[in-house]
Amino acid sequence: MSNTTGSATWLRRLLIGTGVTLSVLLLLTPLLLIFIAAFASGVGGIISNLQDADMLHAIGLTLLVAGLTVPINLIFGTLIAWCVTRFTFPGRRLLLTLIDIPFAVSPVVAGLLYLLLYGSNGPFATWLDAADLQLMFAWPGLVMVTVFVSCPFVVKELVPLMSTLGTEQEEAAVLLGASGWQVFWQITFPNIRWALLYGVILTNARAVGEFGAVSVVSGTIRGQTNTLPLHIELLQQDYNTTGAFIAAALLTLMAIATLVVKAVLQWRMHR
Amino acid sequence: MSAWRSKSVLPGFTISLGSSLFFIGLVILLPLTGLVIQVAELSWQDYWAIISDPRVVASYKVTASAALVASIFNLFFGLLMAWILTRYRFPGRVLLDGLMDLPFALPTAVAGLTLAALFATQGWFGQYLALWDIKVSYTWLGIVVAMVFTSVPFVVRTVQPVLEEFGPEYEEASATLGASPWQTFWHVIFPEIKPALLMGTALSFTRSLGEFGAVIFIAGNIPWQTEVTSLMIFIRLQEFDYAAAAAIASVVLLVSLILLFVINGIQQRYQHISGALK
Amino acid sequence: MSIGIERIRKSFGSFVALQDINLQLPSGELTALLGPSGSGKTTLLRIIAGLEQADSGLIRFNDEDISQRHVAERGVGFVFQHYALFKHMTVFENVAYGLTVKPKKYRPANAEIAKKVHNLLELVQLGWTADRYPAQLSGGQRQRIALARALAVEPKVLLLDEPFGALDAKVRAELRRWLRRLHDEIHVTSVFVTHDQEEALEVADRIVVMNKGRIEQQGTPEHVYDNPANPFVYEFLGNVNLFHARVKQGQSQIGNIALASPEYNNQDEQQGLAYVRPHEIDVFSAPQADAIKVKLDLITIVGPVVRLEALDESTGQLIHIELPKEQFKTLQLQQADTAWLLPRYSKVFLGEGI
Ligand SMILES: Nc1ncnc2c1ncn2[C@@H]1O[C@H](COP(=O)(O)OP(=O)(O)OP(=O)(O)O)[C@@H](O)[C@H]1O
Ligand SMILES: [Mg+2]
Repeated sequence: MSNTTGSATWLRRLLIGTGVTLSVLLLLTPLLLIFIAAFASGVGGIISNLQDADMLHAIGLTLLVAGLTVPINLIFGTLIAWCVTRFTFPGRRLLLTLIDIPFAVSPVVAGLLYLLLYGSNGPFATWLDAADLQLMFAWPGLVMVTVFVSCPFVVKELVPLMSTLGTEQEEAAVLLGASGWQVFWQITFPNIRWALLYGVILTNARAVGEFGAVSVVSGTIRGQTNTLPLHIELLQQDYNTTGAFIAAALLTLMAIATLVVKAVLQWRMHR
Repeated sequence: MSAWRSKSVLPGFTISLGSSLFFIGLVILLPLTGLVIQVAELSWQDYWAIISDPRVVASYKVTASAALVASIFNLFFGLLMAWILTRYRFPGRVLLDGLMDLPFALPTAVAGLTLAALFATQGWFGQYLALWDIKVSYTWLGIVVAMVFTSVPFVVRTVQPVLEEFGPEYEEASATLGASPWQTFWHVIFPEIKPALLMGTALSFTRSLGEFGAVIFIAGNIPWQTEVTSLMIFIRLQEFDYAAAAAIASVVLLVSLILLFVINGIQQRYQHISGALK
Repeated sequence: MSIGIERIRKSFGSFVALQDINLQLPSGELTALLGPSGSGKTTLLRIIAGLEQADSGLIRFNDEDISQRHVAERGVGFVFQHYALFKHMTVFENVAYGLTVKPKKYRPANAEIAKKVHNLLELVQLGWTADRYPAQLSGGQRQRIALARALAVEPKVLLLDEPFGALDAKVRAELRRWLRRLHDEIHVTSVFVTHDQEEALEVADRIVVMNKGRIEQQGTPEHVYDNPANPFVYEFLGNVNLFHARVKQGQSQIGNIALASPEYNNQDEQQGLAYVRPHEIDVFSAPQADAIKVKLDLITIVGPVVRLEALDESTGQLIHIELPKEQFKTLQLQQADTAWLLPRYSKVFLGEGI
């Protein structure tokens, strides 16, 4: 650094010291606590908690929800980004604002929106009953609200990148006779794949961790509609704090993996 | 339609526009109408009675005041972090940078559970705070802590790129002209980052207003004192009073949509000013 | 293949980018579209290629209306200003792309593709770059690869948007001579965009000067340079001095200097503006009858040429002059000296305030 004067060094130390201390207290300590608390009853405790049928079911359901949400948001997110960055049409800006709504809406409100529409008092109730379809308080509802809360991620990663990339490479490919499919897979995709993966990672983290929206439409039926974050709350209410922290530690591992992949991807994209 | 398509030779206009409209319509707009229908069934008096119920009003106050304090804290903390991450090189900087994103990656329920344990009276932090007679768990302060944690990245991640972009030459130029560090900050740096700072804080505030998972673990949810509005909606639902839940939700939704437009507005002005971020 | 452009109009919203463009480009010629920034050159080129649709008018290739035909079926090669190379593909893959995306029925065998690509790379003198990525090439090399890629599909028309725009002066000059030679070799009807008049004059068979979405003039470079149709073309084709002049019966007068203006043979006395190029002015170190007396403000020696900025103290006008260094030396003039000027030739456009 170019700071040579005494007061600048002093200021610098003060700022770094404050920032690091606060970050450690606020962000790093909680991480440590999670793992220490998860190991409170030893490895045996972890194994027995993980073998619990409800825990296993919660893990499975969480994977199912994320496994359906991610591809849906990946496909539609890419189509939306393609539409708003590759064409000009009236209402383009509005479309971009609408896709932001899920990030602004409180998760509980998001869950409520779906409950009101597809629940037993909603406008589709008779129709759903007749078809014997249970959406709310069942896994389809969990997927629906999770799609809602996490749909902007892919779009928000792709739109700025695809706007800066411009359309010349794609136009060049069309001129050389490439079909639409070839243009996307051979020209566009290689240029956006890291951003796409980044969007997927963020979507996945949110899908796995969503709490508010999911808790509204789940009804928290043990062993049926309980995702891992909801299961944490149940375990804690059962005074099984260790169990709660073991579930939390699983989710934290996912979060750490997300951060690592994110860092790697950002590094790749900047090259 | 053909006039639209003629604007570009690139393929996929019909299919991408069609699926965008289908998706946004089905996933975002249709559910919003569900709320409107539900609320429209209430008479104006009933609607007003529900949303101005004293316990609900108390929850507005708790939520808004905690969100305000949390976002102001994050304004300063985020600025500090963005500054040291862009302007200084020190061991562990890269790790610290990565750590800033933790609150977005960590499920909110995990954050809530952990913060509640840290600040419990026998917790790692709680036991020391108890010496000063400061109670965080089951108080308004706990709500603030949860909101601070979950919205840390907003200010950092909006200010950081701006600081990176104009580089230290700015401050150095100002310093060579004889300005004090404080003058440099106030006259040179602050005007540059003001829009980003404003946007980050607004985002942080919006997020905090709606925060639920982290808050309910630590807040204790004592009626009149530590109930946030999201929880009020949840409680009405558990009472199967869908109409009341919808009415309160409509208030929250309206506020979030207004904030969304404000943030979009800042972002557009911001693009005009620096032309940079995205 | 000849290109016919008929009554082409194009607007973006309320902004008219092209108005009523009519142009015939004969087969095998190299045409330069010349004009200032924003004059609609790129737009016209993209309409010819089919990347953009005109609001009205037709494009014909060999008298056949192809306006409704899709880009890929027009058989045009297009070179983008910023190359638009596929950066995740090697040079070889880039050049081969147009061949590899052909439907199976028409696709040449791999060996044939490889042979063709290598021939093209030899043609652009970059055979050794086949396995490199675009990022590992210089700007001029990328430009030539972009050209090879466009040529791979054997286009009947080649369109180049500011092919040398992003290059430094020396590479530009080399590359444009190279392009001329290449064109003489392959003889495909080509159009290239530029806003550098020197480039257009040097390389093209025909130049088309555009301004504000219209064609100001077209013709061979020599014709256009010697007979600019209007003040805009005059000013655009290089530095020029403007003098007030009076025209009468085939003569124009700048001050007391009389010059021939045969195009105004039957003209009654009229005011006008005389355009005189810097190298069309004689300089004297001793007084001359009727000459303009000036003070030499600035003398710049640029290689074999000397540029003078001379101030006419009576009018305050700054006059630009260019002359060979040898000739300047014999005059033995220094900065701040007084000199006398006589324009040799001028072109007058009637009217007062152009
Ligand atoms: N897609 C578009 N939308 C709106 N306006 C456009 C669009 N493309 C071009 N224009 C406008 O049309 C005019 C002509 O643009 P064009 O790109 O053809 O100019 P040009 O002669 O190629 O200029 P340059 O030398 O700067 O490349 C410009 O004023 C430009 O702003
Ligand atoms: Mg152009």
